[in-house]
Amino acid sequence: MSKNLKPKSQLRVLLAQTFKERLAKIGGVIVFAILALVLFGPFFAPYAFDEFIDMPNAPRSSTLLLGADDLGRDVFSRFLNGGRSIIGLSFISTVLGVGLGLLIGLFAASAKQRTDSLIMRFNDILLAFPQIVFVLLVVSGFGSSIFLIALAVGFTHAPRTARIIRAAAAEVMERDFIKAAIAVGEKRHRIILSELLPNVTSPLLVEFGLRMTYSIGLVAAVSFLGLGLQPPAADWGLMINENRGAVTVQPWGVLTPIAAIALFTIGVNFITDSFAKVAIGIDRKGKE
Amino acid sequence: MSVVKVSNVDIAITRGGIKIVENISFEIAAGEILGLVGESGSGKTTVSMALLGHTRKGAVIEAGSIEIDGHQIVGADELELRSLRGGTIAYVPQDPGTALNPGLRISKQILESLEKHLPEQDHETHMARVREILTEVALPSDADFLKRYPHQLSGGQQQRVAIAIAFACRPKVIVCDEPTTGLDVTTQSTVLATIRSLCREHGVAALYVSHDLAVVAELADKVAVMYAGHIVENGDRDEVFFNSVHPYTRRLIRALPDIAGRNQILGISGYAPMPWERPTGCAFAPRCEDAQAICSQTSPVVTQLSSTHNVSCHRHNDATKIVATPREERRAVSATDSHLLSVNGLNGYYGSRQVLFDTNIHIEPGECVALVGESGSGKTTLSRCIGGLHDDYQGDVTFFGKKLGKHALERQKEERRDIQYIFQSPYASINPRRPIGATISRQLELFFGMKGKEAQNRINELLDLVSLPHAIVTSFPDQLSGGERQRVAIARALAAQPKLIVCDEITSALDVSVQASVIETLKKLQESTSVGLLFVTHNLALTRTIADRVAVMRKGTIVEYGGIDAVFNSPKAEYTGRLLQHTPSLK
Repeated sequence: MSKNLKPKSQLRVLLAQTFKERLAKIGGVIVFAILALVLFGPFFAPYAFDEFIDMPNAPRSSTLLLGADDLGRDVFSRFLNGGRSIIGLSFISTVLGVGLGLLIGLFAASAKQRTDSLIMRFNDILLAFPQIVFVLLVVSGFGSSIFLIALAVGFTHAPRTARIIRAAAAEVMERDFIKAAIAVGEKRHRIILSELLPNVTSPLLVEFGLRMTYSIGLVAAVSFLGLGLQPPAADWGLMINENRGAVTVQPWGVLTPIAAIALFTIGVNFITDSFAKVAIGIDRKGKE
Repeated sequence: MSVVKVSNVDIAITRGGIKIVENISFEIAAGEILGLVGESGSGKTTVSMALLGHTRKGAVIEAGSIEIDGHQIVGADELELRSLRGGTIAYVPQDPGTALNPGLRISKQILESLEKHLPEQDHETHMARVREILTEVALPSDADFLKRYPHQLSGGQQQRVAIAIAFACRPKVIVCDEPTTGLDVTTQSTVLATIRSLCREHGVAALYVSHDLAVVAELADKVAVMYAGHIVENGDRDEVFFNSVHPYTRRLIRALPDIAGRNQILGISGYAPMPWERPTGCAFAPRCEDAQAICSQTSPVVTQLSSTHNVSCHRHNDATKIVATPREERRAVSATDSHLLSVNGLNGYYGSRQVLFDTNIHIEPGECVALVGESGSGKTTLSRCIGGLHDDYQGDVTFFGKKLGKHALERQKEERRDIQYIFQSPYASINPRRPIGATISRQLELFFGMKGKEAQNRINELLDLVSLPHAIVTSFPDQLSGGERQRVAIARALAAQPKLIVCDEITSALDVSVQASVIETLKKLQESTSVGLLFVTHNLALTRTIADRVAVMRKGTIVEYGGIDAVFNSPKAEYTGRLLQHTPSLK
């Protein structure tokens, strides 16, 4: 019997339930704090990110909250400025990659068996490339631009997402409501969009969170290797590389960006883990 | 001397203290079989597991006592329980397919409990017992069979192995949780005979849990009826079935399809409440026709009617006797030249394997043809060929004399509209991520281009037809019970104003009381709209209640086809006779 008369979006109910989980709350606070830092941080930076203010690797003092970096720039100001590029890039590449993977996965799952196999075997070939190797190949081959990094990282996500989504969608394709739609003659695109897609939103969102953390790792690694953003730009990955030589005398230049990246990754994972847990409950109720 | 003594047991969810079952008391003597019947959510499985000292995660036995052969189960520690389980008290699970370990040989699985409970005996004695028990459950006991793995056995054989495991250590008590639910009638009948003879010969007390009253009537000596966590009536088999007092028991019996075809079935409106939504007073009051003010205020107490017969109902003295309504005469269906649907010489395949052999069926407008058979008989494949969901076949399917395309997409839009398919499981056949209103209105938009206010009105009409509240349009499937979902599926089919509805086992996932009301709904529709029905089922008794003609299928062939009464009263095919003979019934 209907308990609530307003048709609540199921996704919204799921999200509301997710944030009742303790881990999701902690994750939410962490992610929110880091996003706020990344968005508003630059306005509170005491110095410009490329301003030389002190001796290289100067220790912490009353004016230099986290000391100076290897060229004598303020670590705190560079930290506040350095998050935008990595978080932004990661987000864009995740959207691109997961979006492309979703399309491939849904298409393959709803296609005839031969087409499905063909797509997925080709997908397997792409999967054989380690993500970092592919990104480095593209960046070293075509030069490093932000746009290219986002595209390359996103592209390496696509086959991985496609695999997950195809598996989830193939299971849904077997259910009778899809057969019911076929029996009344629904068109393929309608079956994909209005029958299949809503039933893979849970794995999709979990996948999105997971891919986001991979993106952060990849973008940071590319920057660390010096193929990402170029000096004097402030970037967390770049900062780790620049300051690692002096880590024993001035650890803050390395530790702060590392801590921020780690925290953000953990926060995102907390949320997606809780979401997966809640979604299993609802998705199972639909079966039997 | 009772081997099982259960008194005043309460089992509750630890968080929130909601009681799953309350005040459960019964006794079982050696060699006796107690049938515990109830619909889904009544708490019968909870009670049966409690005998083994097991509660599901998050639940606890709060009060009462459970004595098994002199051992107190409530409060016993894990070590003590483990020494009892499998030895003194054994369990036969519902689905042997998942209960047997697929990676172990049959002999090893039976040996396990012997080695655990009788460590003083040597391997030879154990093996001798394994062979003995396999013979007792009517399975071969040669070395070749002992070496098999579960997947090399049929469903009935697997269930008999599960029974052999349970009986291996000569237990005092055995708990059977719907052990025949997944089995065909003929297999079910042999499994029941096995359980019965083992209990009788070895003086084993058995608790047999089932939702199927007919099975319990065949097997049990005593019966307890559960509703919403309470035993509402218990007594000797005959007292409960033929002299029942509680309105729920009476209605339940009336909801049972009658294979002899004498009586109409009668549904119970509404559905059994979940533990957290049970009303105050008598839990059955909202669905009870005899309910008075007192019923919804105070819980009824247990009243003793005879030394064995107890009931808990406020109105045990004056509740209405529900008399059986005789089955209505069949309307004569006039044969037309071009039948509504006709299947001519259809041979169906799955790749290289042929599953249907030269099948022929005709359905006239307004007629209900039942397709019965055991699992694997090809009845679902045939219905899918008709519904346009299986296109690997040769032969003709014609609709009003016009040949239909094999696949739904090769058919005309009108043909797809006129033939509607209702699936077995309402849990799978409705998109769980879409509100009910959208599910039905999509059909209206697709076939009639109906939208907005007009569609809204039509949806309300359809919901009235299947007795669902209008407010349901905004609900999602996970907020509905199984019966409500199946009604939604029926409403969706009716939205297309079909000429033929293919019903594929549409009541097999439902409780008997809900099954009866779904059938009532369908019959009413059939009479008012003269829609033709192809009713696919494995339940012969149900067939007799709804069908005009019946086709009996076996291994892909229709072995008998004719008027329902003619076939059931004097079956021509040996197989039909066997099916009828093995179908359990109340009398």
